[in-house]
Amino acid sequence: MRALPSRKWVTVLVALAIVIPLFHPVMPDLVSNYRLFLVSTMIIAAIAVLGLNLLTGFNGQISLGHSAFYAVGAYTAAILMDKLDCPYYLTLPAAAVLSFIVGYLFGLPALRLEGHYLALATFALALAVPQILKYKWLEDLTGGVQGIVLTKPEVPFGLPLTDDQWLYYYCLIVMLILYWAAANLLNSRSGRAMMAIRDYKIAADTMGIDTARYKTVTFGISAAYTGIAGALSASAVAFVAPDSFGFFLSIKFLIGLVVGGVGSLTGSVIGGIFYVLVDNSAQALSTFVKNDLGLQFDLSAYTVFGILLIVLMYLMPMGIAGGLFAAVRRLRRS
Amino acid sequence: MYKTNRRTFVAGASAAAILSGTRVAFAQKKYDEGASDTEIKIGHTNPYSGPASSYGVIGKLHQAYWKAVNDRGGINGRKINFITYDDGYSPPKTVEMVRKLVEQDRVLCTFNTLGTPCNTAIHKYMNQKKVPQLYVATGASKWGDPKHFPWTMGYQPDYQTEAVIYAKHILANIKDARIGVLMQNDDYGKDYFEGFKKGLGKDVGQIVKHATYETTDPTVDSQVIQLKDSGANVFFNIAIPKFAAQAIRKAGDIGWKPAQYLNNVSASVAATMKPAGFDNCQGIISSQYLMDPTDHQWDANADMKGWHDFMAKHMPDANTADAAYVYAYSVAHLMEQTLKNCGDNLTRANLMKQAASFQKYRVPLLLPGITINTSATDFYPIQAIRLVRFKKDSWEQFGDIMHAESS
Amino acid sequence: MEQLLEQLASGLANGAIYACVALALVMIYVSTDHLNFAQGEMAMFSTYISWQLMQWGLNFWVAFVGAVVISFVMGVVIERVILRPLHNAPVLSVVVVFIGLLAICNSMAGAIWSYLIKEYPSPFPKSAFGLAGVIGPHQLGVVLVTLIVLGLLFAFFRFTPLGLAMRAAAQNPQMARLVGVRVDWMLALGWGLAAAVGAVAGIMVAHIVYLDPNMMGGILLYAFAAALIGGIGNPGGAVAGGFIVGVLENMVAYTGNQIEKLTGVYIIGNGEKLTVALIIVIFVLTLKPAGLFGRVVVKRV
Repeated sequence: MRALPSRKWVTVLVALAIVIPLFHPVMPDLVSNYRLFLVSTMIIAAIAVLGLNLLTGFNGQISLGHSAFYAVGAYTAAILMDKLDCPYYLTLPAAAVLSFIVGYLFGLPALRLEGHYLALATFALALAVPQILKYKWLEDLTGGVQGIVLTKPEVPFGLPLTDDQWLYYYCLIVMLILYWAAANLLNSRSGRAMMAIRDYKIAADTMGIDTARYKTVTFGISAAYTGIAGALSASAVAFVAPDSFGFFLSIKFLIGLVVGGVGSLTGSVIGGIFYVLVDNSAQALSTFVKNDLGLQFDLSAYTVFGILLIVLMYLMPMGIAGGLFAAVRRLRRS
Repeated sequence: MYKTNRRTFVAGASAAAILSGTRVAFAQKKYDEGASDTEIKIGHTNPYSGPASSYGVIGKLHQAYWKAVNDRGGINGRKINFITYDDGYSPPKTVEMVRKLVEQDRVLCTFNTLGTPCNTAIHKYMNQKKVPQLYVATGASKWGDPKHFPWTMGYQPDYQTEAVIYAKHILANIKDARIGVLMQNDDYGKDYFEGFKKGLGKDVGQIVKHATYETTDPTVDSQVIQLKDSGANVFFNIAIPKFAAQAIRKAGDIGWKPAQYLNNVSASVAATMKPAGFDNCQGIISSQYLMDPTDHQWDANADMKGWHDFMAKHMPDANTADAAYVYAYSVAHLMEQTLKNCGDNLTRANLMKQAASFQKYRVPLLLPGITINTSATDFYPIQAIRLVRFKKDSWEQFGDIMHAESS
Repeated sequence: MEQLLEQLASGLANGAIYACVALALVMIYVSTDHLNFAQGEMAMFSTYISWQLMQWGLNFWVAFVGAVVISFVMGVVIERVILRPLHNAPVLSVVVVFIGLLAICNSMAGAIWSYLIKEYPSPFPKSAFGLAGVIGPHQLGVVLVTLIVLGLLFAFFRFTPLGLAMRAAAQNPQMARLVGVRVDWMLALGWGLAAAVGAVAGIMVAHIVYLDPNMMGGILLYAFAAALIGGIGNPGGAVAGGFIVGVLENMVAYTGNQIEKLTGVYIIGNGEKLTVALIIVIFVLTLKPAGLFGRVVVKRV
């Protein structure tokens, strides 16, 4: 495993993340509600990518189905809030538990599948979940194709915060806890077992590691992380619908994972940020090319998105985190 | 929440009052966020990437349209700053982009944001912020609800109304109808189907088979076989052009000859009827409110000529067979007119007021006889359609113009 | 009974489509050890090329050959230019590059030819063969072409030295290099062949689903399932897998219908047919993890 960034830097970053939003009343344009919301969506994406990383990066099981767990989390939260008037913060544990169960159960047949076959099975899961959400007999619960409209979380205890500031802190707290838990998990005996299974499965087997149990539990934990992200997103966007959880979402998580850095916790956070930024920057680039460079050919944002991905992989095949670490190492050596 | 940015020009007020004998004028210039003496900012979201990218042409036409407006000198001397973002047809992304438009770019209003789920996701937000969400690009029936959502307005005839009209036509013209329905399994299909059932009323039992398809299905052959097997003698086709054409062709191939009703979404000669084969299309009934650019009966029409000139001048590379360009042109024209009517009172409240005060206003490319009508209680700009029947290689209109009220 | 026959036939016809695309997937897997997510979009692009050639006045078969040749060259170029620098990159990074390719092919096709669906001609005579009402002439033609391509590929890999060299290069590059195979060119060749097979698939499919930039989106899903159930390294398996998936899917919907008809209770229908078919596929895979026709590879530690 790659070295984590030093404790000092983490402390500084976390302190900044906590303090900066407080400047909203002083600098409403720079620290705007919209930007806080944007960062919240990045945090949510980072949590989802973190979940995928636990499974793929640290345990070596590929998944194209994490949009499904995200959907399970989001719908759990939405249904609890909509039907049972459950407060939004209580939906997180519920989403985590339910996603864990779904992930764990799915991990059982997945035990027998590897590589491309596992990719197919998870892929099928990603396709199946939006269908199940539309299933005739579940419509009363899920709202069918129309989805469920929710209300945004309100600021508690009369704190002097805007809704978006509160949403941001809420997401940040959840992510810090989850990140801390993941780091501890990976540093523990179980974490080493997870990685041993990824690197030398047969050796791990012979050394008495219960590979089957570890793999299924990892599947569950990974699903729980992504499910929590889904539940947060339901609160943030205040709307869930089957269209939001298509296979394309899984692909985006995968892109976030690879671009950030497979097998790196910091990479997951970078991946989450990238996940949100890449669309916006592809758009900005394509308008830039059209308007400022005066290129006649209609270069769409989607084309730019594809080119961006290829160039990134070309420059940093190990992801941004991997690329950064390599660069830092080279600087130190010279 | 939003800040109003009102500037009063006391000195200019009296002068303006004298000068403006002819145009709709207000004694004062009034502005909300997004409007000024020189500029009006309009926001828009549209899928340009991902599986729904075929709708991207709508956004492209809007960009060309507002550029053309600016080249003519803008509206009442103000340039239009049209900002459009890609949301990939994903509701969470729409929320992000629309918040950017409203809070960061500070637009006066959004216009023609596309997709039922996408608009649903921002519906509440826009109304809480009191920012006009004008002429949304979806046919769902929920957009005309001024009582609960006074800042949102639709544009096209809603799917339910259209389906009701087909249902009435079936009840009036076909004895012992046994109806088979093919439906895209999403909110668009559902809205049509709900309207259809409503229209049938107590005769809803006449629907003998209801087969759905997913947009990921390669073909709908299997569904059409099921419909044929159900013994249906009426076929209501709620599908987008690709699948509608497949279904019509498959029905022809397997020798199933029901009376066919096709939703307006697919009533394009180039996109649906030609691929399905004209032989298979004879007698199909559908409805229209806009002219079809691939239907030769409009070739000499002045509106259509104007549109072709616009396309040739501003979008020379575009495929003019695409009916989405006609749709986008007509709705952009309505938006332009709404802004014109606002005069110098460019507040959000006045914008909604103007949008809700069209009386028999004709937008180019609407079928002859169809006009825009809105009021404080009527937030459905177009509610009239005409039934059409396919004959040889074009649509033939029949019957009267149908209104939702009359059906 | 009539419906059962029709559903079977329509399932077989759809299966032929999946089989065609699955063949292209297998092709690239056999020669480069990667699953190419962009395969469908590349095939779509090739189909547009053939359509363009026909617009310029060429006859169907000339355009067909032209598109296949151009696609072959495109495949080789993509490998040499885009994938060559990534030979040592992790598998997942290559997957992301495939996704990038997918986005580029899709949006470029839309930008050049617009998103409007286009009809695509069928080369097969309208009524010369085909069982009236049950399976159309084009559908039968697709089945035939698929089987011909399969036969050609089989012969190529089994009987020609080049085919052998390609298999060797994919399975064990270092050993292949030692015995004098030019491994990097074999990979490029594999890409070229896969793109060519994809072009054939696209051209066969386009008459049925119409030509548009998103035509392959749904089909690729099915082709994946087909390729995997047959055993990803096995062209014959992929074709069989295609037919299995096509028929299975229709049978699920048919069974659901019959149940609804008999009992009046809706359990499964068209909305769930893909899900149920995939569940069956995965269940089979857990019993036979290397696919129905795949060989179990014993790994050395």
